[in-house]
Amino acid sequence: MHRALFLLPLALFLVLAGYFALALRPGYDPQALPSAMIDKEAPQFDLAGLNGQGLALESLKGSPVLINFFASWCVPCRVEQPVLMRLANREHVPLYGIDYKDQPEDAAKLLAQFGDPYRRVGLDTDGSVGLNFGVYGVPETYVLDATGRIRKRFVGPLTAEEVDKELLPLLEALKKS
Amino acid sequence: MITELGHFALILALCVSLVQSVVPLLGAARGNLAWMAVGRNAALAQFALVALAMASLMHAYITNDFSVINVIENSHTDKPLLYQISGVWGNHEGSMILWVFMLGVCSAALALFSGNLPPDLRARVLAVQGMIGTGFLLFILLTSNPFLRTWPPAANGQGLNPVLQDPGLAFHPPFLYLGYVGFSVGFAFAVAALIEGRVDAAWARWVRPWTLASWCALTVGITMGSWWSYYTLGWGGWWFWDPVENASFMPWLVGTALIHSSIVVEKRDTLKSWTILLAIITFSLSLVGTFLVRSGVLTSVHAFATDPARGMFILLLLLVAIGGSLTLYAIRAPALKGGGLFAPISREGAIVLNNLILSCGCATVFLGTLYPLFLDAVGGPKLSVGFPFFNRTFAPLMVPVIVAVGIGPMLSWKRGDLLGALQRVWAAYIAAVLAVLVAWYCTHGGPILAVLGFGLAAWTGVAVIVEWAERVKLFRVGIGDSLRRAIHLPRAAYGMSLAHFGLAVSIVGFSASAFDIEAINTVHAGSVVQLAGYELRFVDVQRTPGPNFVANRATVEITRDGRLVGVVHPEQRFFALQQQTTSETAIRTNFLADLYVALGDGDQAGNWTLRAWWKPLVPWIWIGAITMAFGGMVSLSDRRWRVGVAARARRMAPVLQPAAGD
Repeated sequence: MHRALFLLPLALFLVLAGYFALALRPGYDPQALPSAMIDKEAPQFDLAGLNGQGLALESLKGSPVLINFFASWCVPCRVEQPVLMRLANREHVPLYGIDYKDQPEDAAKLLAQFGDPYRRVGLDTDGSVGLNFGVYGVPETYVLDATGRIRKRFVGPLTAEEVDKELLPLLEALKKS
Repeated sequence: MITELGHFALILALCVSLVQSVVPLLGAARGNLAWMAVGRNAALAQFALVALAMASLMHAYITNDFSVINVIENSHTDKPLLYQISGVWGNHEGSMILWVFMLGVCSAALALFSGNLPPDLRARVLAVQGMIGTGFLLFILLTSNPFLRTWPPAANGQGLNPVLQDPGLAFHPPFLYLGYVGFSVGFAFAVAALIEGRVDAAWARWVRPWTLASWCALTVGITMGSWWSYYTLGWGGWWFWDPVENASFMPWLVGTALIHSSIVVEKRDTLKSWTILLAIITFSLSLVGTFLVRSGVLTSVHAFATDPARGMFILLLLLVAIGGSLTLYAIRAPALKGGGLFAPISREGAIVLNNLILSCGCATVFLGTLYPLFLDAVGGPKLSVGFPFFNRTFAPLMVPVIVAVGIGPMLSWKRGDLLGALQRVWAAYIAAVLAVLVAWYCTHGGPILAVLGFGLAAWTGVAVIVEWAERVKLFRVGIGDSLRRAIHLPRAAYGMSLAHFGLAVSIVGFSASAFDIEAINTVHAGSVVQLAGYELRFVDVQRTPGPNFVANRATVEITRDGRLVGVVHPEQRFFALQQQTTSETAIRTNFLADLYVALGDGDQAGNWTLRAWWKPLVPWIWIGAITMAFGGMVSLSDRRWRVGVAARARRMAPVLQPAAGD
């Protein structure tokens, strides 16, 4: 028993090395994010809202919408903020926010300070909705069509270029169909 | 020609390191003194050869030899000289050369200054160093050779990543690597001790200065990296829990535990197998860090260009080095019986607590860093844990360590008097409570951990001063007497006090970041932004050419109550070659707070995004960290490391025999 204890570090290391070897297998790419959710029904959610009004998937069906996962602790989200403001104010895109793993008061402070591009904000305080969506890190933006299917996923801060070249044309196309 | 010379030198270094890893080891096993002595000369020769390789690669960079692939990929004629030099280690291949160069420096220093080591121990330590060198030289020559040529030569190079063209980052890697690689010495000593089956106070006395020196270098390296990300990334953050940052932080945490536990081995002849394990783990974490950064298994903002073949090679290296040393540990360590017993409340007890918690902290960081990898391997979703995970787990874990830092040095060895020690730090206690109350009052219920942080910092800082005052018997004997005691206090004691005080200073800096005030605004010429009692007037933006970039240079006047405090110039630099923009922030500090101004994007109409922060006490983070490293160096200058105390102690120490059956 006493001797077995001294084997523990070696055993732990070998397990770790096994994980490393798995991660080195061909085809594994930590940057590539799975698109398993694309063209599938978005996971159901019914969240408490930031300003009283809640946010549920059912209420968003009927027309294409954007769902943006953000958090007050997330620096890249602030990079994205001007782009979101433009989407909301100039392009009049229906943009809904989900506050991911965050305190409501912090989120409220953030939106009061930098402007609120969202029509409504749902509170995903424990991150379970993010988990269902497969959020890798905030910010992430999902495009949902009128039936509530996920049509596109943007990882990381939205750039003006992505908006012009991909997002807006896609929304146009979704509106027509 | 010179490049080929460097290439040959590297191949020759590999041959020499093979000799270094085999001959002295055999010599030590057979008691052949001549074979043992090969270790010293081989280590010196290896250093000379690797230095030659490093110099010839640097020569290729400075002379813009664009027939060398590595130079084409990472350099450019327009690049200032400083970055032509630092470009050598600003890429994967070159940084590996820096790695083996630092290993050569350590081995050569070990060879030169180990004259008073018993010849067999010296031979074994140098042989282990030789094995590490062999592994990495093979890695460079087989997968990451910087000396490869191409024909015809390119007209010009592709330049260095603009983000890396910064004086802070030019010197960050050498310090960091010196720290990583320096831990190899402790590792080599640990492996040699396991082979010999003997660990004693004298052993600890040799290991400690090496570990301490590497720890200092790593502290400086991490501090520089953090400072660099603070002023160049433009978002005011100084630590991002990025995998690459964590890769340097984990050896630091365990290395900190190691420098403490080796004190116990030295003074009390106990905690031996634990200290050996820490020495192995510290260097192993440096190696694992190398693997994580260069194999591409994790996503990171500052990872090197990656290649699975390299990852496979490093993984094999890990298996041999870590797997081998831990196997040796499993076989030999049970035979290492400790000497002195101690009560839970004693200085040893405090150090054990420190060790346990630092190790747990390291495990937390490790888990957080590798979580995406673990999850993926079992087919889970792609997830990464961010800031919230580390802030909620790591920060509270460190609280007891900081409490122990205040009280530990005041406990006596073997059996301490906690009540007595607590009574002696009454001033620290009052200061802690006061600081918590003041901070609470000022912020009306600010973040609890930050408020607690101030209290802990006050506790630690004052306890350090009280401990010093106790030692010199301040106010209890005449002032002259106290002065004499203060002068004669060993430097190691001052080193400890400085390092612990530095920790307190850093904690103040960490905690204060909860009280940052920020203002992110769209501005145009003449706009005024209010920030923490200051007024920032945005004057204009000028286009200014630099050596290899064009800058948008803003002028911002800072006034307070109508009085001009200063004019700052945040910049956005556009590097046409790489089509990349970097941000050059303007920081105005008075050492109590920073005004941090960064220029964001502009539009046609002359509107610019201006990001400004008022960051109270943030410079204390780095001041404290540098004080810690300085404390380590002061301790290192203590004369007992230099005189032959260790050799004498070794001669007198009883030799520990491995248990029967080994």
